[in-house]
Amino acid sequence: MSMNSVGRPTAPNSDAGTGAFASLTGGRGLLQDEALIFERDGWFKTGVDLPEPDLPADDLGDLVRQEAIGLPGLSEPEAMRHYVRLSQKNHAIDLALYPLGSCTMKHNPRLNEKLARLPGFADIHPLQPQSTVPGALELMDRLAHWLKTLTGMPAVALTPKAGAHGELCGILAIRAAHEARGDAARKVVLVPTSAHGTNPATAAFVGYTVREIAQTSDGRVDLADLEARLGPDVAAIMVTNPNTCGLFERDIVEIARLTHAAGAFFYCDGANFNAIVGRVRPGDLGVDAMHINLHKTFSTPHGGGGPGAGPVVLSEALAPFAPAPWLVHGPDGLALTEHETAEAGRAFGRMSAFHGQMGMFVRAYAYMRSHGADGLRQVAEDAVLNANYLKARLSDVMSPAFPDGPCMHEALFDDSWLEGTGVTTLDFAKAMIDEGFHPMTMYFPLVVHGAMLIEPTETESRQELDRFVEALRALAGAVRAGDVERFRGAPHLAPLRRLDETLAARKPRLRWRPEAVQTLAAE
Amino acid sequence: MRFTKDHEWVVVEDGVATVGITAYAAEQLGDVVFVETPDVGKTVAQGEGFAVVESVKAASDVYAPVSGEVVETNAGLGDSPETVNADPEQGGWFARVRLSDPAQVEALMDRAAYDAYLGTL
Repeated sequence: MSMNSVGRPTAPNSDAGTGAFASLTGGRGLLQDEALIFERDGWFKTGVDLPEPDLPADDLGDLVRQEAIGLPGLSEPEAMRHYVRLSQKNHAIDLALYPLGSCTMKHNPRLNEKLARLPGFADIHPLQPQSTVPGALELMDRLAHWLKTLTGMPAVALTPKAGAHGELCGILAIRAAHEARGDAARKVVLVPTSAHGTNPATAAFVGYTVREIAQTSDGRVDLADLEARLGPDVAAIMVTNPNTCGLFERDIVEIARLTHAAGAFFYCDGANFNAIVGRVRPGDLGVDAMHINLHKTFSTPHGGGGPGAGPVVLSEALAPFAPAPWLVHGPDGLALTEHETAEAGRAFGRMSAFHGQMGMFVRAYAYMRSHGADGLRQVAEDAVLNANYLKARLSDVMSPAFPDGPCMHEALFDDSWLEGTGVTTLDFAKAMIDEGFHPMTMYFPLVVHGAMLIEPTETESRQELDRFVEALRALAGAVRAGDVERFRGAPHLAPLRRLDETLAARKPRLRWRPEAVQTLAAE
Repeated sequence: MRFTKDHEWVVVEDGVATVGITAYAAEQLGDVVFVETPDVGKTVAQGEGFAVVESVKAASDVYAPVSGEVVETNAGLGDSPETVNADPEQGGWFARVRLSDPAQVEALMDRAAYDAYLGTL
């Protein structure tokens, strides 16, 4: 019998150390240290062979380029590997819980992706004849119907490309409505102190002066302060509900009444619609305009698959000012029109070329239809239940910012439990990375000191929430045990250690400069 | 030196108020990375936003603690915003304002009152 006497060992080495280890080249467990694509393999080669152009260069006169163009010279596998490696260093909702409060990082169902890739949706062009795309127009009409029904509002503008773009659309419609009735004196937009930064930015961009509304000690709009600030100079208020503290504005109907009594409009920031979809119709609360982030409530990808979509629902008073184009039911069926009709005669203009982002419309509609009205209601219920579960399981080791009563879809903690420990909110968040969890939103909302805003969404199971809770409880225990070094140096195990955000902001390097290209071209 | 509840400080000399943000404000903001000061010659009203300070955490309005005309701004903050953290109540000043209503200064808090106010936060 012959046998291999020097076979492959199958057991770990019994004397292998477990202490700190650094690789020789900066690589890490099958991941190489990644250079910029410009620096990876040089610009001096090209990944493809192009034929010599048969155009006479003389035709270009003095426009012929004299220097090397300086593009990275990678072959297809090199370029592919570069981006896949970068993606492996990134975090994604497809990898794990992504608890960024105020962002609603929920699972993007694969069914949405399959349907968005149907050639009838994916391969159409905005300039092809409308008679060739009746299906796309019908999908837009049905999506609009769902959005109007879920919000209790009579009209929707589908063209805005994101939440902040939707805010701009809503505030422009409000300005147009004031101007149409000859009310030019209104120069102020009121915004609560806890608002998303985009709210005051939007109002200022449209030309309004922004004034803050105070907040009560339990995290809601201060009605007395609102009433004192409302007057003939106020064009609109912008309020998020649930607000950025994860709390329902329980005086919302009174807020709307006071606003309308002062002749102003009520813009609702719909970023947190996920918490109330199927349960509350903003139209019933007195809202005049609200954007809906399809990438939050209706599961389209955040920053994936092209531009986003932030449709804006409008009240009767604002509907006539909706931006072009409009989807209308005509004698030949649905049609997109730019021609002013009776019901849309006073449009303030348009928000984008063409009709909006079809890929997002398909994904959102797929999500609505696969969940149904009852399923969407459960989305809101589960999102709120999950956040309250986290709040309940963490409140004895961390300090909830608003301990009294339940929260909505996000659990907000402050840093009073870290006081005197030598550990900051930033340190704690970075230590979560070492434990395998992406940090929560930090230092927002600004009204809560050292804020930690956790939004689990309805995506997560009880088991996953428990793993997350155990990691945070273990870290909280380490804080109390005085294990400060674990936090001050965190993250210890990420591809890069703590980055110097201050230096990056004070001395930003915003572009790669091809010194090497210039040098080599001269040779 | 006088103080506001919004954490600005004022020092008056010959009818001109030097204005900045307090050590408490600088500490709360964290590392300051950018300061936008008003244009010289601009007229500001007490309580209105007249400068912006941006830190790694947030961008915040700085409110004019007094009314008047901006006569000078701290040019050094452009290249060295970190001065606001290192020396908030002296070298990190934002602007000098020629007072239009000197009585406003008297109504602001003195150091003892400001310290007592910080104790309530």
